[in-house]
This record gives sequence, C-alpha cells and structure tokens, in this order.
Amino acid sequence: MKTAETQQIKAEVAGLNFFYGRAQALKNINLLFPAHQVAAIIGPSGCGKSTLLRCFNRIHDLYPETRYEGKIILQPSGINLIGPETDPLEMRMRMSMVFQKPNAFPKSIFENVAFGLRLRGVRGRELQEQVEKSLRLAALWDEVKDRLKQSAYTLSGGQQQRLCIARALATEPEMLLFDEPTSALDPIATAKIEDLIFELKSRVTVIIVTHNMQQAARVSDFTAFMYLGELIEVSPTKKMFENPSNKLTEDYITGHFG
Amino acid sequence: MSDFKRIIAKRKRQDLVFNLIGILCTLVGIVTLGALLVDLIADGIARLDPSFLTSFPSRFAERAGILSSWVGTLLIMIVTAFTAVPLGVAAGVYLEEYAGKNWLTNLIEINIANLAGVPSIIYGLMALGLLVYKFRLGQSVLTGGLTLAFLILPIVIVATREALRTIPQGIRESAYALGSTKWQVVRHHLLPYSVGGTMTGIIIALSRAIGETAPLITIGALTFIAFLPPPPIQASPPFLSADWVWSPFSVLPIQMFNWVSRPDQEFVVNAAAAGLVLIIVTLSLNAVAIIIRYRVRKRIKW
Repeated sequence: MKTAETQQIKAEVAGLNFFYGRAQALKNINLLFPAHQVAAIIGPSGCGKSTLLRCFNRIHDLYPETRYEGKIILQPSGINLIGPETDPLEMRMRMSMVFQKPNAFPKSIFENVAFGLRLRGVRGRELQEQVEKSLRLAALWDEVKDRLKQSAYTLSGGQQQRLCIARALATEPEMLLFDEPTSALDPIATAKIEDLIFELKSRVTVIIVTHNMQQAARVSDFTAFMYLGELIEVSPTKKMFENPSNKLTEDYITGHFG
Repeated sequence: MSDFKRIIAKRKRQDLVFNLIGILCTLVGIVTLGALLVDLIADGIARLDPSFLTSFPSRFAERAGILSSWVGTLLIMIVTAFTAVPLGVAAGVYLEEYAGKNWLTNLIEINIANLAGVPSIIYGLMALGLLVYKFRLGQSVLTGGLTLAFLILPIVIVATREALRTIPQGIRESAYALGSTKWQVVRHHLLPYSVGGTMTGIIIALSRAIGETAPLITIGALTFIAFLPPPPIQASPPFLSADWVWSPFSVLPIQMFNWVSRPDQEFVVNAAAAGLVLIIVTLSLNAVAIIIRYRVRKRIKW
C-alpha cells in the first residue's frame, strides 16, 4: 500500500529547455518527481538548479525575455505547468515556494501566514484556524502563539524562515519548493528546518535546491545532480552519495570541483 | 622608521586640512540659513500676533494681516496635494512595476527627470495658456492648485519610484509566489512598505510648492484680496460646497512680495512677519517628513 503510494508520480519534467533571452539555462531536462518524496537538486553555482525550481511556480514569468520549451506535467490533473495555455497565477496558487532569504513581510506574524489565505478568500474563524494549523506544522506555534500581532521582524532569522514555511503551507500547496532555504541560517536553525522538511513529505511533495550536500543526504529520498544546465544523474540519495554512477557526479560530491 | 613617521605625519596633516575645509563648507550653508532666520525673526516677530493672522490686508500697515493669503495657501496646497499625489504615485508605480523596459519608457523616464528641472515660471505660462484660457478655469484656486501640482508631479513620481526601488526583489517574489496579482502586490505590499519614502517625497515637494510665487503671479493670482473663498461646509443642504475652488486667491509669498515692494518701512516688517509664518509652515512640513521617515524606518528594515 505504502509503496504503491510512493510510486505515484506528482510531476513529470519532459524535454524542458529554459532560456534567459538567448542564453539557454536548462538543456533538455527529463525528471520524475514521485509524490510524497523529497527531491534534492544539487550542483555547482550557475548549474541551473534554482532555474529549474523556479519553473515550477512560473516565477520566471515576472521577468522579460524568459522562455520555456517542453513540458512539466502535474499529476493527477495532467496540466502542463509551463504550457502557454496555463495561467502562471494558477500555478503559483497551487505551488508554494520558500526562498533563500527569509522573506517575511513587514507585517504581523499572523498577517504573514494569513496573506496567502486572504488571497483565496478565507476569512474569520477558518482563517484563524488555518493560520494556527500552519504555524503548528512549521513548529513555530509555541514560540509565537502569544505574540501573533507583533511584527514578523521581531523574530530571529531561523524563526522567520519557519514563518515563511508556515506561510507556504497555509495555502495547502500541491508541491513545496525550497530554494536553498538554510543558506542564510546558523546550524541550529538549519537543523530545525531540515527536520521540518523531512516531516512535511507525508503531506506534500517537496523539491529542495541546495548547495549543501550533507543537507541533500540528510533530507532527501532522491537526488538530482545538475551541471551547466544539464541533468547529469538522478539516483536514490543513498546510492548517489555512496556509489554515484557518473564520474562528474563523483567528482562534485567528493569536492573535486564546485 | 623615522621615514614612516614623517610620511604618516604628512598624511595626517592632509587629513586635517580636508577636515577643516569640509567643516567650513558645511558652515557656509548652515550659517547663512541661521542668519536669514535670525534676521527674519528680528524684523518680523514684533508684528506676529493673533490679529496678524486674522486680518485682511489693508492700506494701513499696522492693521494689515495675512488671513486671505494663508487661507489661499492652504486651499491651493489642498488642491495640489489631492491632484499631484494620486497622479504622481500612480505614475511612479506604473513606471516602476508595470511598464516594460524599452526605448519608450526610457524616453519617458529621462523626460520626467527633465521636467523636474524646468523653471517654475514656464509652468505658470503653460497654466495660463492651458488652464486659464483654453479650459477657462479662471484665475482661481483650482488653476493655482493644478499649476503647482504640475510643478511637483515629477518630484512625486521620482520619490515614489525611489521608494519602490528600496523594497527587496525577494519581497515581491514572495508575494507573487503566494498567488498575488500585480495589483495585489502593489496594494498590499509595495505601497504600504514604501509609504515612508513616498510620503517624505510628497512633503518635500509640497514644501517646495508652498513657497512658489512666479507661476501663480503668471496665472494672475491677486496681490490684494480682502475676502475669503466660500467655506467648504455650508449651513444648508447639501452642506458641502466646492465653490471655493473657483474663488480668486492670494498666497503668502505673493503677499510678501507685494509688501516688500512698497516704500513704506512698516510694510517691510509685515513682509518679514509673513515670511516667518511661511518658514514656520515649511519647517513644520519638513519636520513631519522626518518623523514619518524615522517611524517607518523603525518598523521596516530590509
């Protein structure tokens, strides 16, 4: 039963090319994301790992001269996420992203979590409950329950990032996208976030982009290694770090470059 | 070793020299402003009593007051603020957040910067031709207010854009990532977060407009006026009246100009007192701008 569920595919990337103007940042990416698993994307700076992640919520569409080719099919709906007929706004409502810097809004703690819900028309009692639930999921509730009306900027960096995770969870996304979520945090805050990511996969499919290979090893079920816009290797995380099949992957993991 | 000491001593002397030059340059501005203020206070303070604020101008210097001109200044500023602020902020938001980056927006951008440098009398000439003669708005509070609104529009636009630019891109991306439309990002995030910078710019712009004389003389503001515009709140229904916008007007700097140009020394004292009122209003506006900036900065640190 459990294996059947984990085999289910959440997203399928097929022949994905991505361009910033004339520069091609992603080259023919083919990748499957099973539901309720944590996928890590690793690779040296500029390899396109963040670019790939940012395709999933169409955030590239905010900038001029960006172009997608290929498909990202989202299951079970079968919608092509990057198709020209797909509204980027709808994709952003179905996905959630947590960024590198904790981008808490200069609003109260409550309003930070409530914002996405308000956009979806959630009000009153339901809003309160959803905010509390999300803060609990993000393991932040006990720390903030007595000061929900205070500015989010009174929180520490690690707490702010967990607030951003709560904000991302509140809208019950189909996938949760993490873009180097701990690179601005200290080791203790990082550990808390990693625990959280590990727990969240029972609720949602997770992709995490990271430059920290130990982090990928700790939180992910499988890992994709990218280099110069190409997908070099995808393997179960354990195999990837113990016995990579590709020489390039091995060199990167063992620290020969990157 | 001694060589080092000699070189260090020499360079420290150079440091000191520039330090002194810097202090001197700074003092030139501050001392001039201080002297101006002291002179104005010395000349005008004696004349500055409640009756000065509640009297109309008069042939007799000791009875003359600035009632009609400060009311005129206030009304003009209301019209200016209510037109320049929405127009300028909307234009700034459009240029910064909506417009694409192409040759047309670049051209517009350059010309807005140019507009901020156009002499104010040119705005007066334009207003005379366009508002007074073409649109037949008359030599009214409305015309005066709109003229000054045109004058400060570029300042408001530039201030709005600068304020928007200080908001980190990550905040925008986070708001979009939650599924906001552009308008929701602007309305719920960018405008509230940039309000400090925008308000500061608006107030600075208004404090520039409040002292403007040339464009208002050009459109035909009165130099002697002994009645007030009809009040905006009436005793009978519909209680609110906008008739005041059609009223002729004078403003503080024009009243000052009028008094200064008289041979009678008494009137020059009146001018100093009116100048004092004008400066107090301007400095108060600037103080408000500083307070707003300080409070917002305390709340929002990127």
